Amino acid sequence: MSTPTPTTGLVPEVTPPPTRGPSQSAPTRLGDRLFSGLSTGAGVLILIVLAAVALFLITQSIPALTADPRELPGGTGLVDYVAPLLFGTVLAAVIALLIATPLSIGIALFISHYANRRLARSLGYVIDLLAAIPSIIYGAWGYLVLAPYLVPTYRWLGEHASFLPVFAGPASSTGRTILTAGIVLAVMILPIMSAINREVFLQTPTLHEEASLALGATRWEMIRMAVLPYGRSGMVSGAMLGLGRALGETIAVLLVLSSSGGFSLNLISQSNPSTIPANIAGQFPEATGVNVNLLVLTGLVLFVLTFAVNFAARAVLARRADFDGAAG
Amino acid sequence: MTTTAPVRPSGDAPSVDALPQLFRPLPRWVPYALGAVALAVALLVRAVLGGGPVATALVTALVFLMLVSVVSRRIEGTRRAADRTVTTVVTAMFLATLVPLVSVLYTVISRGIGRFDSEFFTLTMRNVLGEGGGAQHAIVGTLIITGLATLISVPVGLLTAIYLVEYGRGRLARAVTFLVDVMTGIPSIVAGLFAYALFVLIVGPGVRFGIGGAVALSVLMTPVVVRASEEMLKLVPAELREASYALGVPKWRTILKVVLPVAAAGIGTGITLAIARVIGETAPLLLIVGTTDSLNDDPFNGRMETLPVFTFYSFTQPGSRSEFSIDRAWTAALVLMVIVLLLNAVARLISRAFAPKGSR
Repeated sequence: MSTPTPTTGLVPEVTPPPTRGPSQSAPTRLGDRLFSGLSTGAGVLILIVLAAVALFLITQSIPALTADPRELPGGTGLVDYVAPLLFGTVLAAVIALLIATPLSIGIALFISHYANRRLARSLGYVIDLLAAIPSIIYGAWGYLVLAPYLVPTYRWLGEHASFLPVFAGPASSTGRTILTAGIVLAVMILPIMSAINREVFLQTPTLHEEASLALGATRWEMIRMAVLPYGRSGMVSGAMLGLGRALGETIAVLLVLSSSGGFSLNLISQSNPSTIPANIAGQFPEATGVNVNLLVLTGLVLFVLTFAVNFAARAVLARRADFDGAAG
Repeated sequence: MTTTAPVRPSGDAPSVDALPQLFRPLPRWVPYALGAVALAVALLVRAVLGGGPVATALVTALVFLMLVSVVSRRIEGTRRAADRTVTTVVTAMFLATLVPLVSVLYTVISRGIGRFDSEFFTLTMRNVLGEGGGAQHAIVGTLIITGLATLISVPVGLLTAIYLVEYGRGRLARAVTFLVDVMTGIPSIVAGLFAYALFVLIVGPGVRFGIGGAVALSVLMTPVVVRASEEMLKLVPAELREASYALGVPKWRTILKVVLPVAAAGIGTGITLAIARVIGETAPLLLIVGTTDSLNDDPFNGRMETLPVFTFYSFTQPGSRSEFSIDRAWTAALVLMVIVLLLNAVARLISRAFAPKGSR
């Protein structure tokens, strides 16, 4: 590569060396200008793509917004179509979160504070492995292995715990209920949540831990008084990231859940609400006309929902980083 | 709490044995004995009431938990008892997480190994009803689409990372950093809808082709590449850059010849992991690439088959002789899993083989 030549016809400026840092001289060289332009362009492209995602989803969903309610499936309008889906999406994600949050904290504590260091590293790999498995495989496993396995449990719950509205029954004979979907989702979001929790637990200042141990605390007391308070915001944002994943998970839910629409808090019965992503993936390949726009509209709702959740999670994490920077 | 003041033996320096024993730990064999008792109880419950291995394990864990906390409370006091209880719970939680992992791996391998033969890799599903057939068309499609997605994401992602580390200052850089993080959380189905909406504007409604899938996957892949490359570029010591500037090398050549080579191994690892993440994506491909029974290696023309979509339809629409279709689906899942795990192993090897010396 040849040395870059000055592109301006002006007299080459001879500034004294001390004031010429590389960043100041950068724009005068062609290569530098090209390179900084290219990389800045790539950064801007990311912003454009994100804006384009929102924009295209909006333009494609406008026909559904303006369509006659009788043309939509169900025939009673937009809200009646979207609301049950939204309900199902949130319900499945909340079940997943309720299961995965305590488990992920336990796993992270085990790796960060209980297992010995060498074991902990390989255990970290195992958890990463869990994260790498594609969702279609979890879906197939939930559909053909977990759901049949849970049928006797659901039947038992339907007979003995039916006084609780969530276990009202009658129990599903296939096991493909929203509770099964929630369990599969929990398994799928466990890796990311435990990874984040593990990170924040490992960041606990060693001095805090040693101080509490020196004062005679047991390991659990040390964790309760030093590790958990320090990691609280990290745990919150980890849970929210997991929630974002669970809200958007498509194919596993589509395979596991046998949905019939509508609202139902009954977690073990045959009639389950569907979720937005599973509904899109299930309907889209055969959809035509305004139905396509309607599905895009539900996708927009999902996008806004996950964007808000992720935005909040990242904001919590970012504030935590600022705080750490100020403290350390 | 001990209330009795222990009597010190008279004499000079008290020996260790003579020191007051405020705390008497549980003998080491006790937890094991309690574990055996718990297992025995659980097996008894199983013999009387029935139940599967998971229920038995659960009963064992619960009985063990109760025994340990009671015994420890009597001998060691409440604080030690709480500590032991939590240790048991945390360990049990970890072991419980391994159950689905083992179950998933076992299921996919044991059910997928049957059709893991040469036909599976050399035949397509064209004119196949029932027995036989393969997923060659799906494997080719997956490789083409993922390859195109990589071709789009790596330059954009790497340049963005370079911008963030080397050039970015102020509000734009902060916005990009933040939105890249948010972008990692975009649901895959939304990426598929985006690609569909984009190509509807260009090509027209009902569009299905491979390049659309590549665009959808690159929306998911780019933020991962950015994040991984950014971390690696940040690790490059500032002294290397300064030494290069001091020799009069312009900034862009410093980045190309000094910074990138130093970070290359880490970036390679990150890219490999990003590929592993998107290669198993099903939902966007279902929307924009569609499905077909024949081999189509032209991503700009017509539907293509991909491994995840092949797996999905073989499970959900198995046709009249469903057992063969389900077998093929498990094998496709196995192939997909092997690819993903191989990519993960390759990523580890890259980072280990090229790690800067002295950093381990």
